[in-house]
Amino acid sequence: MSKKDCFHCGTECNIHKIEFDNKIFCCNGCKTVYEILNQNELACYYDLEKTPGTIPSEIKGKYDYLDNENIASKLVEFNDGQTAVVNFFIPSIHCSSCIWVLENLHKLNNGIKVSIVNFPKKEARITYKNDQISLREVVELITSIGYEPFISLEDDDRKLTKINRTLIYQVAVAGFAFGNVMLLSFPEYFEMDEYWLNRFKPFFRGLMFVFSIPAVAYSAKDYLISAYKGLRHNILNIDVPISLGILVLFARSCYEIFSQTGQGYFDSLTGLIFFLLLGKVFQQKTYSFLSFERDYKSYFPIAVTKINKNKTEENIAVHDIEKGHRLLIRNEEIIPVDGILLNGNALLDYSFVTGESMPVIKKSGDKIFAGGKQTNGAIEMEVVQTVAQSYLTQLWSNDVFQRDNPKNIKSITDSISKYFTMIILSIALVAGIYWFTIDKIIAFQVVSAILIIACPCALALSAPFALGNMIRIFGKEKFYLKNTNVIEAISKTNTIVFDKTGTITTNKASQIHYDGTTLTTHELSQIKALLRASNHPLSRMLYDSLTMDESKEISEFQEILGKGIEGIVEGCKLMLGSGSFIGSKEELNDQTKIYVRINDIIKGKFIFQNTYRKGLEEVFKHLAKEFKISILSGDNEGEKVYLKKLLPSHSNLLFNQKPEDKLEYIKKNQEDKKNIMMLGDGLNDAGALAQSNVGVAISENINVFSPACDAILDAKFFNKLPVFIALSRKTMTIIKISFIISFLYNIIGLLFAITGNLSPIIAAVLMPISSISVVIFVTLSTNIIAKKMLHLGY
Amino acid sequence: MMTIIFTLIIASLIIAVIFFILFIKSVKSGQYDDLYTPSVRMLFDDELVKKKITDKNITN
Repeated sequence: MSKKDCFHCGTECNIHKIEFDNKIFCCNGCKTVYEILNQNELACYYDLEKTPGTIPSEIKGKYDYLDNENIASKLVEFNDGQTAVVNFFIPSIHCSSCIWVLENLHKLNNGIKVSIVNFPKKEARITYKNDQISLREVVELITSIGYEPFISLEDDDRKLTKINRTLIYQVAVAGFAFGNVMLLSFPEYFEMDEYWLNRFKPFFRGLMFVFSIPAVAYSAKDYLISAYKGLRHNILNIDVPISLGILVLFARSCYEIFSQTGQGYFDSLTGLIFFLLLGKVFQQKTYSFLSFERDYKSYFPIAVTKINKNKTEENIAVHDIEKGHRLLIRNEEIIPVDGILLNGNALLDYSFVTGESMPVIKKSGDKIFAGGKQTNGAIEMEVVQTVAQSYLTQLWSNDVFQRDNPKNIKSITDSISKYFTMIILSIALVAGIYWFTIDKIIAFQVVSAILIIACPCALALSAPFALGNMIRIFGKEKFYLKNTNVIEAISKTNTIVFDKTGTITTNKASQIHYDGTTLTTHELSQIKALLRASNHPLSRMLYDSLTMDESKEISEFQEILGKGIEGIVEGCKLMLGSGSFIGSKEELNDQTKIYVRINDIIKGKFIFQNTYRKGLEEVFKHLAKEFKISILSGDNEGEKVYLKKLLPSHSNLLFNQKPEDKLEYIKKNQEDKKNIMMLGDGLNDAGALAQSNVGVAISENINVFSPACDAILDAKFFNKLPVFIALSRKTMTIIKISFIISFLYNIIGLLFAITGNLSPIIAAVLMPISSISVVIFVTLSTNIIAKKMLHLGY
Repeated sequence: MMTIIFTLIIASLIIAVIFFILFIKSVKSGQYDDLYTPSVRMLFDDELVKKKITDKNITN
């Protein structure tokens, strides 16, 4: 952390740095928070973590609506006139300092009695005296120290997600039963012929039976119900052998004690149920950890263009958007937050959110919702509500989008578990029959031991853990995957297709020359106004290079993908695009250019020099070894010679491809059984990206988030592409190895079980051990290979 | 005379069931819903209170 970083929030202080109390702050807000904390002797905040703060947002007037009784009463959980309790979701809680300062709120204001933080949920429950401080003042207080709550008035029936504690209760009942049954079966273990022991046997056995009933009926009911449902639909799922084992044990034990022929197996039965449920608890805890990590750390950063009060524009990240900001949404960009349309023609495509592909027309003043894609020029909107980052992430992996997706690979776990169950049941049957002819009691022990030891819990755990861990690791390296299926899809790729402009060339730092009739400043500003509406990489490049003012009204904007843009600015008809689009008869030579045509006069052209991404050569070299590479470009053949040098001779280089051509190419290759990964910028390639087996969008911090893609790769890490592909393959290998390990456990256990040497209770203990060891193996190996490949190179 | 065992076992069962009921009640009260924050909370220092008192004493 260099000296130039803000003491409060850690962001780099540039020109606007503020010095106070021998420390540097990036803005007035941070300095104010520091002042508040310091004056109230809360400077401890900075001791727990370095730079724990976040820049506080503007409060003036923002929360006046909370003075309204009706609204306030909807948010407050409890109110008896003197004391009130409110529970806020505060997204900026991220470290121990946050917990500390939020639980010490009473030091900042006497009206606050108690505040308790729930860190995993990022909530704070504040109890305050509402005759001393109002709801609005509470919110303003926490906002002023940088912890603005996320208030959503739309979920009025506060989603009372009643925390599901059933699993805990089930474990408690099973554990209680298990412990007591073990104690009660103690006398049975010592085969002594003692008069009093024999007299009490029926009593003890009866008690064991009584304890086992709630264990089976309540704790194990989920397994029984799931197996029953599966069988009804003729599906053999993992729960079938488990339920069978439980029922067989129970039935046999009841028979034995009521007919006084033996002691039954209640100890194994309750032990089995208890350990099974423990495994489930473990699984649940780790899933919630993984999804917490995913929402919190592995989301992709979308950037959006904010219009400042002085009419300048800047790119800000989605989570920095606040109410009242004015945003510019270009053609084909996604609306990141809920807001009101200010100007522009909004034709919104909400297929991402609702699945409906009919675009919706909105007028100025209408409310527009997050997730829609603008398809008709540029619009300006005012932000009404910020949306939690994870909302968009969730939309991305949403089922709506996958409905007609033929790509849903039947996961590897499903395909194996079907065969597994059948094999186990047949083994149990054969062994049972064999032993039945020799010794009935052993037969019974053997069958139940087989059913228990064969439980494939490890199978169900290894794939989710490996994939979940890998997604988390990828996310840290700025390679964001839609969901875990994508890793499997990547590992199966054998062909890679690259788009040219914006994918292997970078939008930044390109040389642009102008050739033709000199354009006046007036004309240039008209051009800039038209460019503002388009999100094509070339438009953005040209737009950034023109430095004049451009706040002009444009109308009848049209962007024809692959050709150009046109519109009417101040009465003049402007067309920008390819030679054929504007009607130039010039010979197509090999340069990337945008022609300019104003009111039927072709003025000239802007010529772009392609700047390729750093490390492109190495990436191609590595990939060419194992994959067939193709380049599809909408541009002309100017770069053909250069690209041919970089790629092996059997690669396909196709130019002048329209979006439909790209889609067709992919479809044709897929018919040839090729598994295609396509990399594009997400715009003109949206169709092709969706069609390919894995669609990767290269993002340069521009809002080209296309829901058609399966993964987003930050352009800065483009050169790590071969590593990501290799890691995906290794992950699948690790999963297969873990399957083998869990099978080994099963086979060894089965050998013991079939020969009659395995008591059911030992089987019940071995199972969680196998699950835990498989999970540890999978997590450690994915972490190790990731570290090796990402940081030490190949 | 070993019939005392009946009474003993029934008594211990009753106590065990009482503990079980108390466990269920404590889970219902919600104290186990958040297992992470208390682990952070218990590491916070209480020094400040003493510092404030000593400060007040000095200024007085």
